[in-house]
Amino acid sequence: MRLELRGVSRSFGALQALEGASFTVEPGTVHGIIGPNGAGKTTLLNIISGVLGPSSGEVVLGGRRIDGLPPHRVAALGLTRTFQNIRLFPALSAVENVLVGQHRVRRAPLGARLLLLPSAARERQEATGRARALLDRVGIRERAEERSSNLSYGDQRRVEIARALSAEPRLLLLDEPTAGMNPVEASGVGTLIREVASAGVSVVLIEHNVRLVMDLCTRVTVLNFGRVIADGTPAAVSVDPAVITAYLGAAR
Amino acid sequence: MGQQLLNGIFLGSIYALFAVGYTLVFGVLDILNLAHQAVFMVGAFLALTLVATAGLPFWAAMGAAMLATALLGIVLERVAFRPLRGRADSNFSGLISSLAAASVLEAVALQLWGPDVSRFPLGTFPDRVLRVGPAVVSLLQLTIVALSVCLMLALTLTLQRTRLGRQIRAVAESPRAAQVLGVPVNRVIALSFALSSALGGAAGVLFGLAFNSISPDVGRTVELKGLAVIILGGMGSVPGAVLAAYLLGLLEVFTTAELGSSYRDAVAFAVLFGVLVFRPRGLLGGAAVRTS
Amino acid sequence: MESFLATYASVFQFMLLNGLLALSVYATLCCGQLSLANAGFMCIGAFASAVLTQRASAPFPLALAAGALVPALLAVPLGFPVLRLRGVFLAIATIGFGEMVRVFFVNWDYTNGALGLVAIPQHTTTLLLVASVAAVTFFFARLRGSRIGYALEALREDEPAASTLGIDPARYKLAMFVLGAAIAGLAGALEAHLTFMVAPSGYGFGRAVDMLVWAVVGGISRVGGPLLGAFFLTALPEALRAAGHAVGLAPGPLRMGVNGLILLAVVLFLPNGLVAAPAAVRALLRRRKART
Repeated sequence: MRLELRGVSRSFGALQALEGASFTVEPGTVHGIIGPNGAGKTTLLNIISGVLGPSSGEVVLGGRRIDGLPPHRVAALGLTRTFQNIRLFPALSAVENVLVGQHRVRRAPLGARLLLLPSAARERQEATGRARALLDRVGIRERAEERSSNLSYGDQRRVEIARALSAEPRLLLLDEPTAGMNPVEASGVGTLIREVASAGVSVVLIEHNVRLVMDLCTRVTVLNFGRVIADGTPAAVSVDPAVITAYLGAAR
Repeated sequence: MGQQLLNGIFLGSIYALFAVGYTLVFGVLDILNLAHQAVFMVGAFLALTLVATAGLPFWAAMGAAMLATALLGIVLERVAFRPLRGRADSNFSGLISSLAAASVLEAVALQLWGPDVSRFPLGTFPDRVLRVGPAVVSLLQLTIVALSVCLMLALTLTLQRTRLGRQIRAVAESPRAAQVLGVPVNRVIALSFALSSALGGAAGVLFGLAFNSISPDVGRTVELKGLAVIILGGMGSVPGAVLAAYLLGLLEVFTTAELGSSYRDAVAFAVLFGVLVFRPRGLLGGAAVRTS
Repeated sequence: MESFLATYASVFQFMLLNGLLALSVYATLCCGQLSLANAGFMCIGAFASAVLTQRASAPFPLALAAGALVPALLAVPLGFPVLRLRGVFLAIATIGFGEMVRVFFVNWDYTNGALGLVAIPQHTTTLLLVASVAAVTFFFARLRGSRIGYALEALREDEPAASTLGIDPARYKLAMFVLGAAIAGLAGALEAHLTFMVAPSGYGFGRAVDMLVWAVVGGISRVGGPLLGAFFLTALPEALRAAGHAVGLAPGPLRMGVNGLILLAVVLFLPNGLVAAPAAVRALLRRRKART
């Protein structure tokens, strides 16, 4: 599913967090968003997912305008996300977190459950099975039943990705999914992202892990001070003078 | 009309004195302290006991009651609120905790003073009446208004002009930032509670004198009016609470005059409801979200 | 012997009624809403059903249905503006609503104002109470592991995150608010036809707080929690009555004081309620073992 941003701006009082951001995410690709801290990357993600509304501009998903829609409506259109500071449901186990993620795709009428029909138990088993399979896929097997707040940081990140995937999205937003991970774990996440994209899911990836971005992404958008300063292939962006200046300071 | 105005100001003064303490704690801790009404009640009973049993003059009794309730506030903060501070759901658990404390205080009062209405003995306050134009006002009412205003001024001056006041305002805005800046957050919070409870206790004494009726559940109705006042004024805003209290006092008095006393209570809640639906931050309230 | 049984039958019936009320609060708490509106809904349900049986000689099942449906219908328009409010503001708005209901009935001549209705036929049986509690408990138990149940839990823990997974907060919160109103209304109807009288004063802020306390003390991590809290806190004062008398403590203050202390202890030490005590103890033991 294609995602287009057209002139998206967002201010918080006197602070201009985003200004005129425009770019396109082609279906089935992995699109990276990079930039120094405070560049507006997470604000951008919040606007796309409906947590915030833009001050001006449009967000178009699959040909449909979604700016201004509340998050649950955006999710219903097939867009899910993870959070920079991990927002799992702490009292629920890893499996249960993923079960919540399946909310949109499960057909589980309450009536069947109230009448104690076997179809309800069956559906629940299937859903749980799917949840376990997803957790397996992201590398959480033994600790699936544990309270998610007891899991390690890296594990929690992976559960959050599994949860976002369980909604069977057509576009997945990942906010620094490998933060705090060692290279092996990060590489595992990279492989997962590649698999997801090859199955036709578009992925928007905010990352500081430059290596990962270069390896995975078809296109990269670079933000600085709320503006898009570069947008192109990883190779092109990495030699763009504006990008180099942004990361390393003014040219010598 | 003038009489109604005076009555409204009188009623408003008491509401204001109660509400400023209420809103101060909310501003500082982001917690609705439902034990405030119990402290109000304890203040009234303490003053009553000192006057009736120890024969203290009214001024001394009130002063002593305020001191005692200030201490009670510090104890409450330490026992019922501080342990909850780190928690994620601290507003909710703080609310419940304050409810618990209020129950305990009310139980103690019930045991010590019984459920029936107690009154200040005759002669606690001189029974004089003055004429202000066509209206009549008692010396008691004037004194209560004067005392309330003085205490509220004292609080405002403390908040605006003293170092403690600055520290309180800093903690109210952002406890973490205040801590980083070297403000002794725990001590400031304890002192805020002391101030809040002292004023609550004072309000109780004046209420008890004004309506000459003190019972362990006397705090209940005032508490609900107090809620309406702090919502109308804006949660956390002391000047807002004062303004809203007088507005409510006047509104209640005029409603009683026009529609009868049975609708008087409804006014407060209609106001409360209306504000929450149409303008949740009230008259002078700041942002609804606090930084941590 | 007969009067002994009669007392205990009555306590058991009140345990069941209070269990139902605690479950009505659970409906809103389980999706993160701190609502104190259910005493008001209970009042509406009680009056609606009593008017039907007493004035219109309606059959009891119809009266019960009305007792549940009338508050539920009213909860819909009330819910829309009110459920947008966060945390403590929602609590305050619902407190305001409860008071407005009380004042409304106090002033309504059709239901005899403050005196309320008496001589309501005593149709409620213990069996009916047991059946009601069982049915509601069954519903919530089945709800808990269901797709909707998980959505509610997610809303309670992190509403914004839940919404990004496609869960519509407004829809679910309103549904649970209305359900809570229906259950409270049903409880009101059942109580009216048990105690054969209905008066507005019985459904005030204190009642709303009681229901909340039962749910909180019991704990909402399990469906049995609110029931446990209600049963425990209803039965305990009766059990303590004799002990209190021996020590010279009047039943009123004793009940209130003990309830307050239990609530405080739960909030401070067992934040997930009594029903989570085994888990809490296990966690504590695990930590002790890890340290040695």
